[in-house]
Amino acid sequence: MTDFANSPPPFQAPPFQPPQFRPPRFRQRGLLEYAAVLAVLALVVSSIATTAPRFDALGRGVARLFAPSGLLMQMFPPDFSRGGHIAAKLFETFQMALAGSALGLIFAVPFAILATDRLSPHPLIRTGARALIALFRTVPDLVWAIFFIIVVGLGPAAGVMAIMVDKIGFAGRFFAEAMEEADTGPQDALRAIGASRLGIIFSAVFPACLPSFTATSLFALEKSVRGSAALGLVGAGGIGVDLKVAFDLFNYDEALAIILMMLVLVIGVEQASGWIRRRLI
Amino acid sequence: MNAPLSSAVTLTGATLVAPVLAVRGLSKAYDGRPILRGLTFDVAPGQSTALIGANGSGKSTLLKCLLRLVEPDAGQMTVLGQDLRGLSARDLRRFRSQVGMVWQRHNLVPRLSALTNVVHGVQSRLSGPRGWFQALAPHPVRDEAMYCLDRVGLADRALTRIDSLSGGQQQRVAIARMLMQRPQLILADEPDASLDPQSGEDVMRLLLALVRQDGLSLLMISHRLEHTLAFSDRILGLAQGGITLDISTARADAAQLRHFFDRAE
Repeated sequence: MTDFANSPPPFQAPPFQPPQFRPPRFRQRGLLEYAAVLAVLALVVSSIATTAPRFDALGRGVARLFAPSGLLMQMFPPDFSRGGHIAAKLFETFQMALAGSALGLIFAVPFAILATDRLSPHPLIRTGARALIALFRTVPDLVWAIFFIIVVGLGPAAGVMAIMVDKIGFAGRFFAEAMEEADTGPQDALRAIGASRLGIIFSAVFPACLPSFTATSLFALEKSVRGSAALGLVGAGGIGVDLKVAFDLFNYDEALAIILMMLVLVIGVEQASGWIRRRLI
Repeated sequence: MNAPLSSAVTLTGATLVAPVLAVRGLSKAYDGRPILRGLTFDVAPGQSTALIGANGSGKSTLLKCLLRLVEPDAGQMTVLGQDLRGLSARDLRRFRSQVGMVWQRHNLVPRLSALTNVVHGVQSRLSGPRGWFQALAPHPVRDEAMYCLDRVGLADRALTRIDSLSGGQQQRVAIARMLMQRPQLILADEPDASLDPQSGEDVMRLLLALVRQDGLSLLMISHRLEHTLAFSDRILGLAQGGITLDISTARADAAQLRHFFDRAE
């Protein structure tokens, strides 16, 4: 039985006292910080003022769009009379995206390995690989398409090359980040066993990064399918050429048919990649 | 024999036996702060040696130096008869393949099966894709990996992913991977640290049994007094960057050792 009479007194909180020190609600900022915030705000406002459309011009444009002879009215109903041809060109667009993505993802892997701190054989090589990845990523795919049209001529081959280079930049960066973040424990353990650099990469790094690699690859494919439609606008193959011709010849109803079929393709690819992602990751 | 060793060649019974590990004047500093100061000791073959010391005393650094995962600043290390100074990258890999390492954490690849992780141990002597995945491994390698898994009692979990196993099972798979190396010397960095007391004891019991069965040598960092006394033949105490205690476990005084563990907490 517990002897309550001899047990220590229960804990009692000390009476409330106002604190000696009250921390400030907001951090004190220097004059320079206020000046920097003001400068950023001024830049944003001036950018909107000089480049964004004026409300009256925007209003007139929207009204024109819905006028009886306006673009939207001429687009409806969409003209699917050349549906077979459009479907064939869409399939070619999808093939361009698939081929470009596959090649880009394959080449992105060695670039990413060379750009990763722990796996790169030399800091200079790492810096070079990172610079190349940044270059591939920074230059827009339309510019790459124009470049490759000059190299390999008009047609889907230029589009595939443009998508490939764009994807090396896109996936190379994300693959490298995934490899940097991979748990180093298994890599150290294999290094201690005496495994080769390639052995460590294939045995420890790739398996750890597989979910991230899969997600990045599927996003790259989705991005390629969306982007490949635009590549035709500069002559790099795919459905973009037909879309441009339809607009140039004022066949807006056929242009709408192309846009709707592109929408179906893009949504289809996104749904399929989402399903694969859920199954694999 | 459990007698502490003080020279490169020691008398064990009536036979002169070269140590599996001889360290002379090993020093290592991080950012100018000395961790190991002229460390000198030997480990005899077939012996289980416990290395104890406070947190930050340099125990893990010492083990990493012995595999040259961390480069020492000075000193000579002769492991399994090889002077570790000036080994080429290729020779260093070959040397590492003969020394098994058991880590605090299992350091296995979580998304891969137990069998594939054990097959990875063969990379010490077999390069290329045959050592990367169990599906690509030759029959003898797969059979040996299954034998190693059987020795740690996990042959029935061969195709289970590591992240589906318990902590104790994961550490046993790590021991199986180490066995796959066919090592002559085992370095263990608190192999029971991340486990509950029962699993930790099971793992230590298994590790020592395997060491005894195969006649291997073990140098292990121990952070539990009872494990130090139960699973070692000899105890080395590390403090102020040097060996301040070198005693046979049979003659060890628990109160004297507790001093090292109290400081570690």
